[in-house]
Amino acid sequence: MAIKQISVFLENKPGMLDKMTKVLADAGITLRALSLAETKDFGIVRMIVDDVYETATLLKDHDYISSRTPVVAVMIPDVVGGLNKVLTALTAADVNLEYMYSTLAGGQSGQAYMILRVEDTKKAEEALREAGFKLIEEFPD
Amino acid sequence: MRAIQNEKLLKQVRHIWEDVPYYRKKMEEAGVTPDDIKSIDDLHKLPFLSKADLREAYPYGLLGKPLKECVRIQSTSGTTGKRVVAFYTQHDIDLWEDCCARAITAAGGTDEDVCQISYGYGLFTGGPGLNGGSHKVGCLTIPTSSGNTDRQIMFINDLKATILCCTPSYAAYLGERMKEMGLGPDDIPLKAGIFGAEAWSEEMRHDIQNTMGIKAYDIYGLTELSGPGVSFECSEQNGMHVNEDHFIPEIIDPDTGEVLPLGSEGELVFTSLDKEAFPMIRYRTRDICSLSREKCSCGRTLIKMAKPKGRSDDMLIIRGVNVFPSQIETVLLNQGYAANYQIIVDRVNNSDTLDVHVEMTPEMFTDNLGEINKRQRDLVDGLKSMLGIKAKVTLVAPKSIARSEGKAVRVIDKRKI
Repeated sequence: MAIKQISVFLENKPGMLDKMTKVLADAGITLRALSLAETKDFGIVRMIVDDVYETATLLKDHDYISSRTPVVAVMIPDVVGGLNKVLTALTAADVNLEYMYSTLAGGQSGQAYMILRVEDTKKAEEALREAGFKLIEEFPD
Repeated sequence: MRAIQNEKLLKQVRHIWEDVPYYRKKMEEAGVTPDDIKSIDDLHKLPFLSKADLREAYPYGLLGKPLKECVRIQSTSGTTGKRVVAFYTQHDIDLWEDCCARAITAAGGTDEDVCQISYGYGLFTGGPGLNGGSHKVGCLTIPTSSGNTDRQIMFINDLKATILCCTPSYAAYLGERMKEMGLGPDDIPLKAGIFGAEAWSEEMRHDIQNTMGIKAYDIYGLTELSGPGVSFECSEQNGMHVNEDHFIPEIIDPDTGEVLPLGSEGELVFTSLDKEAFPMIRYRTRDICSLSREKCSCGRTLIKMAKPKGRSDDMLIIRGVNVFPSQIETVLLNQGYAANYQIIVDRVNNSDTLDVHVEMTPEMFTDNLGEINKRQRDLVDGLKSMLGIKAKVTLVAPKSIARSEGKAVRVIDKRKI
């Protein structure tokens, strides 16, 4: 059920992200979500794309180093307390959260999505499903 | 050997005294004449030649034969100042090629082998020297010269090259490229490599050997003395046998010039024994190493020199501490990084800074920032314990450090002193 996120190593210099996203854009890859984790010298770009395999091959061909990581994508109603309910469910199941980021790539549905990186993906998925949340494998176009 | 050396040395000293006024003047200043030199035990009485002398005497000042008798020049890269131009008679070329042939033979080469020379051809001695040696051994010689990596690999595979000659950094790059192309050690026909012209570490040797499935042998030389082949490694892969019937090595204290006892570490000095056009007496190489007469399992009785730690001009003095790039390379390879690195030295607020740029590799990358930071700290700690000073480590994008097809540019020193 988990979806694959692609993480890419980039130097923390002007134009690096621009160059990388251009490679993806030119190949017609759609970005569903993106987040940056940075240090002074380098950063990790984490992203959800429509074609994981194609993207990984493309990045390798352009001399980027990337890895694939399983993450959980959960749909949350865009209302007060929506995110808190997700976190409460994870706490109850004793799941540790490493990082998360949000995306509005929900098309016309008016839904927000959170991308969660957890220690135990399976356990997190079960806990969230039991709490009535909708997990997704693919983002709607 | 001693008898040969004595006889040849007397002749060589007489030759330089009579034909090279520049060196004769040095001898006169030191109060020595050829009559004072009765055997190699008197070698220490003779004055040194250094790179500064070669620059001062440029271009013809050290020429030992009329130009009419010379057939070739070779030249250094000249990165540290004026180029050195060395002259050769046909006799000198033959002698040099013999030395290279011995190196190829010591690496297991015979007339059954296909030897690809990926050293640059031209003024650089690497290509011409090994090319001549390969001919003398009777190998089928592929003179690819350096560059055009994919074509190099095509020739290695299509013509079943068994011996590769190039700089170690280019060998590592070729190995990296072959791996990317999906070629494993069993797919590559090479069995031996002869790599020299720059300092490289034991770890880099293991990496190259494993990637290509070969035995990697070191070779040493200087344009001033002829080129590669002054010394070479044998099957023992532990130190290089000096062709001492042509070149006598000494180890001196670089500060006092005093000759040090066998086994001591110091600056390597060479005296040529039968060069005609460009005789060199007590030439200071600025390479730091030691000599040994221990019995070698290969059966050769030629004296051995340890792998130089690096040329004393490669040595950096950072915050008063001697740092050799090869030490940094050792730490990187031990911790799983690639041998693609650059050392940037600068001076900020009157204090030296050492920044090591290291390329990220797929093996070392993870999505976890904390883990990458931890590995980076491990590297800083590893460098600290190897060098004794703290270095900053900057992780950079793969292939962002320029690959060299000749000698790698490892050090950028921005200090203006």
